[in-house]
Amino acid sequence: MKTTADRIDPVAINGIGTSPLRKEDWPLVRGEGTFIADFKRPGLVHAFVVRSPLAHAQFPSIDCTATLAAPGVLDVITANELPDRGRPIPTRQFADEGSNRFLQRPLADGVVRYSGEPVAVVIADSRYRAEDAAELLDIDYERLDVVLDPDDAVAANAPLLRPDAGTNVAGHLLVEMGAIDEAFAEADLVIKETFRIQRHAAVPLETRGLLAEYDAETESITVWGAAKIPHVNRTILARLLGWSDESRVRLVELHVGGGFGARGEFYPEDFLIPFAAIRTGRPVAWVEDREENLRATNHSREQVHRVEMALKKDGTFLALKDSFINNTGAYVRTHGMTVPALSVSMLPGPYKWPAYRGEFRSVVTNKTPGGTYRSPGRFEINFVRERLIDIAAHRLGLDPVDIRRRNLIDRTSFPHDLGTLYDGHPVIYDSGDYELLLDKALPAFDYEGLERWRSEPAAGGIRRGLGIGFFVEKAGPAEREYARVELNDKGDVMVYTGAASVGQGVETVLAQICVSHLGLPYERVRVIHGDTALIPEGMGAFGSRATMLGGAAVMRASKQLRKRLLDAAAEELEAAPADLMLSPEGVSVVGAPARSVSLKTLLSTSAGVIIEEHRFVCDLLGFPYGIHVAAVEVDTASGAIRIHRYAVAYDIGRCVNPVLVAGQISGGFAQGIGGALLEEFSFDANGQPMSASFMDYLLPTSEEVPDLEVLITEDAPSPLNPLGVKGAGEGGTAGVGAAIANAVSDALGSEVTRLPLSPQRVVELAGE
Amino acid sequence: MKINGRAVEGEVEPRLLLADFIRDNAGLTGTHLGCEHGVCGACTVQLDGHPVRSCLIFAVQAHGHQVATVEGMAPSDSSLNTLQQAFHECHALQCGFCTPGILMTMDAFLREEPDPTPERIRSALGGNLCRCTGYQNIITAVRLAADRLNC
Ligand code: FES
Ligand code: FES
Repeated sequence: MKTTADRIDPVAINGIGTSPLRKEDWPLVRGEGTFIADFKRPGLVHAFVVRSPLAHAQFPSIDCTATLAAPGVLDVITANELPDRGRPIPTRQFADEGSNRFLQRPLADGVVRYSGEPVAVVIADSRYRAEDAAELLDIDYERLDVVLDPDDAVAANAPLLRPDAGTNVAGHLLVEMGAIDEAFAEADLVIKETFRIQRHAAVPLETRGLLAEYDAETESITVWGAAKIPHVNRTILARLLGWSDESRVRLVELHVGGGFGARGEFYPEDFLIPFAAIRTGRPVAWVEDREENLRATNHSREQVHRVEMALKKDGTFLALKDSFINNTGAYVRTHGMTVPALSVSMLPGPYKWPAYRGEFRSVVTNKTPGGTYRSPGRFEINFVRERLIDIAAHRLGLDPVDIRRRNLIDRTSFPHDLGTLYDGHPVIYDSGDYELLLDKALPAFDYEGLERWRSEPAAGGIRRGLGIGFFVEKAGPAEREYARVELNDKGDVMVYTGAASVGQGVETVLAQICVSHLGLPYERVRVIHGDTALIPEGMGAFGSRATMLGGAAVMRASKQLRKRLLDAAAEELEAAPADLMLSPEGVSVVGAPARSVSLKTLLSTSAGVIIEEHRFVCDLLGFPYGIHVAAVEVDTASGAIRIHRYAVAYDIGRCVNPVLVAGQISGGFAQGIGGALLEEFSFDANGQPMSASFMDYLLPTSEEVPDLEVLITEDAPSPLNPLGVKGAGEGGTAGVGAAIANAVSDALGSEVTRLPLSPQRVVELAGE
Repeated sequence: MKINGRAVEGEVEPRLLLADFIRDNAGLTGTHLGCEHGVCGACTVQLDGHPVRSCLIFAVQAHGHQVATVEGMAPSDSSLNTLQQAFHECHALQCGFCTPGILMTMDAFLREEPDPTPERIRSALGGNLCRCTGYQNIITAVRLAADRLNC
């Protein structure tokens, strides 16, 4: 067949497994993106959210008289103005009676429980004037005792955030499998240790923002600036407004400057700004400043683990026991219980444990409420488990790689049921070959060479160390995703998806999947997302799910469309569908290009367009897995850690776009470096945030993030979706705390038990 | 002042930041604000060819000067300049929020140092935060642009 020789195959050049240039880039590099602060509506007015200056206080009332009289002010909203004085914002997962007592309402009503909690909203014709007028609010705060530390929160005489609840424990979960006491009784060695992970957070470079506009005629509201889960938030907003018909609410996503778990959850402002627009009848804009962002947007990761591990002399794992406290901050937000639940259900990692017992208490304290951050609950437990294993290896005189290898789950035992549950979903590792990844990663990263490097003498005061972290990640689910693929008679393809973009490249990836299964060129495919008026349903972008579920839906819809089109053409051309070729012009017979039919003719009976939809359903999770290797030099005098080499191996089942996946891993790795070395929200004894600017909250810069070596493998495709993909967004972050801490412990010969490894802490460790 | 060669006039309060003048008065929203306290570099523009943080200077200080923003980089509506193109090809951006400030910083840097080593690029980039990429691809892109500009 020579006919295709002059035709470039779009699937081969831009389909799955290739790395076409991103569809998203063009406006962004030209400065033509539309982020929320760039978006305006006629008649726009501005909201300023007045926040509590104290971490715990009561206030009998708010006097708004002076504020209302200030120039430019249109409205002031306090709890008095809200329906039911503000309805609680529900959790998205793990709803239970216990944690429901600690939900946040849009505005504080008589008591503030963290510094930064919204107490009122001032609407004025400019942000400056709103801010000036807010100064005139008269609020008499009466201080209450604060509780900040998770251990203190469960102490017998702890100040209570909710005296009516009688406890600061908002959630509790126990998982148990195997004969735990017997396992400990027969152990040759038991290791007991306490590990602490510091409070840090997603901190996208663009702060949050919203613009809401009410149309009195249709009694409907449009909110721009949505992210992550527009459809889910539409439902929550309608419910909080007391509207039974959620089609009156439209949420629209603009360009989004990074999400990483935090942006796009339903926050108090997600109610307050639309509510202000309804009250004033004017479009209302609100853009968070950085100080607000660091005080108000979800924090994450603060946990204290008390763990015990039982082993045989030869290094065989017998049992693992963990009891930890998760500090969820002042309220249970949408993901309040998600993080500790992920920790407890995934602590076992890639290893065989005859017995496991994990338990957490999630406590409220007078700090910013918490939620998810890239690799939520897993960054923490990977640090705990992988550190514990190294401590065991040191005690037994075993090699850290050997002890891991000996205990890895065998390749023959997949799907592997861990026996734990995640929000009702059983944690069943869908597929894997952990040992194979180890066999590939070690030579790829020249691990032997690194071992030699480690034992060579370094300059005075410098010590070298090598560390490894093995982990299992999770991807999905949120049960289902929607796609609609439309082809018009000019050969243009529109893909509508219920997945969302947070800057990760979802348009590019979904277009590639469409190209592979429809067979039309990448350039002709447009991907539309993030508008609840254009897309009937969707679960958004979180937990590395967009490609896994969104991609599978696009694949199916594209295939259906291709089939329908070729079947119709086959009839027209009196040829078998298998002998046909689709192009933007039409369909022709392979080897006989003259026998063709145009799209115009084919689509003439359907108004020039053909549409296919698919809802992909999958309520199980996918489990990618990976290995981090860190080689570090530690300066014992200054406490500085220099990363000599860092490498990540990640099996993601199937890789749609290698360049984008590597980009996800590199970006995630940089965030992991922040978590391992730099980032920490600290508070003074009164609960005042000490890290409310980028001067005090240190994000990693190019000087702290070294080059990264990446090995992406596709040895264990997921059986749960037709693409075999597992999602790749979080593995770059997941193992950084583990690998760096292991490397530093190796260098110093003393065991790291808490993060971050600030220079001061490193100097202390070096002195031990 | 002149922004991207075009005269922009305005009567403004002394407290108005250059960033706000560029975004609100001139309507050029490609210059982003990530912190408003001089750390993130997202608001970087060029003042008479030198990179400055537009959140740290007042609009009145730019009176009579030449300001360059990201919108002025591309030679036409249908093309990108060498540095922008290199960012596109090297996947040097994800969400793109930091990108305008980084482009303005690196554009000025390459004029000063047309043939930098990756280490030099890394340190020149040290004042611009990016939360998405991990910086590596940005360094590669700047090096690629240098190669292309030098031949
Ligand atoms: S906004 Fe100017 S440096 Fe961050
Ligand atoms: S690309 Fe998102 S902050 Fe740099």
